[in-house]
Amino acid sequence: MRDKVVKLAKIFSIFFRIGLFTFGGGFAMIPLIRRELVDKQGWIDEERFIDAILVTQTVPGAVAINLSIFFGYRLLGLAGAVVAAFAVALPSFLIILGFASFFNNFAGHSLVDNIFKGIRPAIVGLILYGGFQLSKSIKWTGSLVLITVLALLATSVLNISPVIIILLVLLITLIDHLLRGRRIIPDKGIQVVKEGQDAENIA
Amino acid sequence: MLKTLLDLFVSFFKIGLFGFGGGYAMISLIQNELNNHGWLSMEEFVNIIAVAEMTPGPIAINSGTYVGYKVSGLAGSVVATLAVVVPSFILVLLLSLFYDKVRRSDYIIKLLQYLRPILIALVLAAAVFVARTSIIDFNSVLIVLVVLFLLHKTKIHPVMVIILAGVSGALLYG
Repeated sequence: MRDKVVKLAKIFSIFFRIGLFTFGGGFAMIPLIRRELVDKQGWIDEERFIDAILVTQTVPGAVAINLSIFFGYRLLGLAGAVVAAFAVALPSFLIILGFASFFNNFAGHSLVDNIFKGIRPAIVGLILYGGFQLSKSIKWTGSLVLITVLALLATSVLNISPVIIILLVLLITLIDHLLRGRRIIPDKGIQVVKEGQDAENIA
Repeated sequence: MLKTLLDLFVSFFKIGLFGFGGGYAMISLIQNELNNHGWLSMEEFVNIIAVAEMTPGPIAINSGTYVGYKVSGLAGSVVATLAVVVPSFILVLLLSLFYDKVRRSDYIIKLLQYLRPILIALVLAAAVFVARTSIIDFNSVLIVLVVLFLLHKTKIHPVMVIILAGVSGALLYG
């Protein structure tokens, strides 16, 4: 019992720190988690760690949260999962609450408005560059480009909800899986994540 | 009040449930919900994305906390933040239980392949959406181009990009 409480406290402090220091969220936190759980604590081995990164991507939701829940559960069951998720979300929760009350007081102040006028277009650049980085993990073919363009038009021009599009993808994958069985298109992105160890299975 | 909290919960639950790929890919989803309820002006939402970039933590959590607080105070922020996390929680736990079956499953690998181009489309849609509220004049076009150049040519940190852009905003529009 005492051991469990000590370990929970440790899980809390590790994931709180991870939540506090991961700017840009998601994938940026992977090296930090690896250092804490694999290198420092030795709670998880390297291969399991890489598998976990791959598997948690298939679940919707913020990458940071998913990873914390996954590792929390691996380390100490349900209690571990709850504590890790709570700890990783707490810093951003507190910071945004602070920001919200700040913004209520300072919105309309011309200096603050001008600063945000400059920041907003920078966000366009950051997002575009993020999309560009992501696109490098794909082996582009004509039909993939077409799908991407259609999905883009559907959301930004026709205002179709992303929920519908994602449900469609889940359905198409399922049909394809049932019809074509085990045949899998080689994919360089996944092989990179798996660091080649399973490349022959996938190809 | 209770109705608002319930609406918040449902909306952010949906965002958590369908937000594959996290981060930028979730922006379109969040924007869709905010638009439907008129909870936040789009300018304000883009400001939140900016704050999310500057502060630690996922955009989904940050938006949940902010929108919840704005719509119904502390209770709202707790409800919306929880609602984003609950779907992940359930799904990741299920995943952990079937981990050994799932981790080499063909369906999962295929799903990732099919989802990836769609996620890119959603990220681009987010860029289009943010551009609509933030590209207002020649200066803002210039900022986008400079940011893209810096990101591509140097190893500049996104937080630094935002600080520089904020300073430029103060100078250009001041």
